[in-house]
Amino acid sequence: MAHEVADQERILASPWGGGQSPFAVGWPKLMMWLFLVSDTLTFAGLLAGYGVMRISLGRWPVQSGIFNIWLVGGMTFILICSSATMAVAVAAAKSGDRKRVTPFLLATVFGGLLFLAGQYYEWSHFIHEGARLFSNPWGVPQFSATFFITTGFHGAHVTGGVIYLLITALRWARGRIQPESIEIAGLYWHFVDLVWVFIFTLLYLI
Amino acid sequence: MAETHAGGYKVYLTTWIWLLVITMLEIGIVLVRVPKTLLVISLIILALMKAALIMAYFMHLRYERLNLIYAVVTPMFFLAIVLFSMLGPDALHVFRSR
Repeated sequence: MAHEVADQERILASPWGGGQSPFAVGWPKLMMWLFLVSDTLTFAGLLAGYGVMRISLGRWPVQSGIFNIWLVGGMTFILICSSATMAVAVAAAKSGDRKRVTPFLLATVFGGLLFLAGQYYEWSHFIHEGARLFSNPWGVPQFSATFFITTGFHGAHVTGGVIYLLITALRWARGRIQPESIEIAGLYWHFVDLVWVFIFTLLYLI
Repeated sequence: MAETHAGGYKVYLTTWIWLLVITMLEIGIVLVRVPKTLLVISLIILALMKAALIMAYFMHLRYERLNLIYAVVTPMFFLAIVLFSMLGPDALHVFRSR
């Protein structure tokens, strides 16, 4: 017989032997990480499409003359702050500092809502100036299409995140969930911030 | 109670401040109007620094087992290689032809 019982136990105890998670995290957290990797590829597809269009056209409107860099900078600031409050909420939940969790979760939700308000203002201003999904006054139709699709997709993620965090805060306040659930919601929220780093850089600044 | 936990939050405060500093640097570089190639390279490096800070400290990836770090980071390396090899030559060509 090739495998004695002692051999099998030794193999199962090894990281990739099948007896335990090789990643040493619970399955909900692992699933969230895998979802975030796949979602990164979705956003990478949108940004790569933008790169291909901009490079192949060889011309692009000067964004600093169209977007208000202080408004977008302010939105970036708000999102970074909400990510920081989320990190504190996660740390508080994990270290047993229970009374600090709900206020910091709600502060994160408030940051997300402020960001969405900024995006609403930016979109309505942009549309008011004549931008449409497939046409705009700046001569490159792909410019507004890229803007609406990419920031719209990110805004939908923020909206989903705000709802997710509200539900998480409610369930935490009622004592229905473990600290790990707060941590997983935090991973999603930090990812939304992470994507904005690249959208802010590639769509607004470069 | 608050004192015993305050130390645990310090790393988030530091990360938060660094993220804000890098964001201000990014806006500063755009406002002083440096040459386009330098602008693109420095902005991409700064964005990657911010991404690394968020992943390492806010998302706790630095404290996870190496297996999980590899599973998350390896696809990003492949992504960067594919994107650069597809877009890089054309982008350089556009810059030179200007």
